[in-house]
Amino acid sequence: MEYLIGIQGQDFVLVAADNIAANSIIQMKQDQDKMFKLSDKILLLCVGEAGDTVQFAEYIQKNIQLYKMRNGYELSPKAAANFTRKNLADYLRSRTPYHVNLLLAGFDETDGPGLYYMDHLSALAKAPFAAHGYGAYLTLSILDRYYRPDLTRDEAVDLLKKCVEELNKRFILNLPSFSVRLIDTEGIHDLEKIMPVGAKSLARAPSS
Amino acid sequence: MALQDVSGFQDTPMSHRWNTPVSLSGPMGDTTPLLDMADERILGWGRFKSSERDGEVPLRFFIPTPQSSVPFRCDNRHTSLSSLSTSSSPPTRRPFPLCHGTTTLAFVFQGGVIAAADTRASCSGHVACPSAQKILPIHSHLLVTTSGSGADCMLWERILAREIRLYQLRHGRRLSITGSAKLLSHMLHPFKGTDVCVAATLCGWDRCGPKLFYVCSDGTRLQGELFSVGSGSPYAYGVLDGEVRWSLNEQEAISLAREAVYRATHRDAYSGNCVDLFHITAQGYCRRDREDLREEYHRERERERVLKRGKEKSEEDKK
Repeated sequence: MEYLIGIQGQDFVLVAADNIAANSIIQMKQDQDKMFKLSDKILLLCVGEAGDTVQFAEYIQKNIQLYKMRNGYELSPKAAANFTRKNLADYLRSRTPYHVNLLLAGFDETDGPGLYYMDHLSALAKAPFAAHGYGAYLTLSILDRYYRPDLTRDEAVDLLKKCVEELNKRFILNLPSFSVRLIDTEGIHDLEKIMPVGAKSLARAPSS
Repeated sequence: MALQDVSGFQDTPMSHRWNTPVSLSGPMGDTTPLLDMADERILGWGRFKSSERDGEVPLRFFIPTPQSSVPFRCDNRHTSLSSLSTSSSPPTRRPFPLCHGTTTLAFVFQGGVIAAADTRASCSGHVACPSAQKILPIHSHLLVTTSGSGADCMLWERILAREIRLYQLRHGRRLSITGSAKLLSHMLHPFKGTDVCVAATLCGWDRCGPKLFYVCSDGTRLQGELFSVGSGSPYAYGVLDGEVRWSLNEQEAISLAREAVYRATHRDAYSGNCVDLFHITAQGYCRRDREDLREEYHRERERERVLKRGKEKSEEDKK
């Protein structure tokens, strides 16, 4: 139902997530932001079971901030990813596991850009590109075919748009809009939302 | 309830943490040290300090040990190893299935927030109460529309009201609607996976203007401008999605909410009887009289009859 995608370039990471918050067959919200800012250069994208996503993501977010307050410096993306994975693993065999799928994207001054794929069984893999959700089945082959490690920012956005178009064409669920963000050495940048042509969105008068 | 806590009166020697002890251990984002049972007994009952600690309001639930725990151990030998990992006993059989039939809706517009709900409390196929109240005021600027299990909603609404009042007493200002939603969501989190079923929308007006939140016992917490919850919600969405706009005036908004509930009660078996309507503005909430939707149904049928007669007449005149 939900969809996450991340593409790593030479000096940036591009991530996108859909904006639907659904409850069984009803779309309750069309502008839900599934990205959580862990620090100035780290984003956590989180999908999965209803309450678990926000609870787990906010828990990780607050703990990363606490680390910064206590130690005076921020965790690197690799450390943050491993911390997240450890928490997920600790809860996995408890009576209340978190059923969440994550992408962690960050930029480190020494290591450069990094995209980490984590799933609900707390597997962790650093990958050049990754996707979560049913949409991943349709788009991973597109990423396999067109991805190059030396993509420019514009080329990465075009590749992302290709993936979204494919979802629009073949995926039975209507995903009308996607939030897009880019992380590079300067921090997190909000890019324009991608709204595939022909996808129906709830046209509402903007609130003042 | 609030006074009891502020004065530190304790009548049960349970853990003072407001999270129930079901599955909590270690890191759930709470860095304050847990006062263990030994300390509490040493210091005696009626400790004033414990309820003063910020956010550490004791919420004592007496969880009775289920009678079926003894036979379960006997069965354990026959069942596979995997059952050993569960320390909870098998769920007690309910005498009747839990009921979730309702239609509640709320939306934000330029004149504030409208909240509407039907009044039918249904239970395993019959109407348990035709005049239940599903929209409960917490304070002058916050309403909760309740859906899911009636008992759970009633309890959690009272608990939420108590916590908000305590916050107000301690901090001298009202908790924001966003904070109230987060508080309710976090209080419900330990009960995720159990049979607690609460799907509430918090409608209110705080310093930041009109606010609407959907909070569910499965952990969902969403801010939005239009929510409808319950078995009749798809029918209500059908009416609302086409018509709700920010620029509605008060009369239009009220009649739209009424219409949405009416259509939902017509189609959904588990919604019906009357409609309650509340309107929240910066000055507080005001309540419309409860209206029986049977009248509306008869009025609509009458209107159709008149139209039909008019058409037949004009066809006759043509001939």
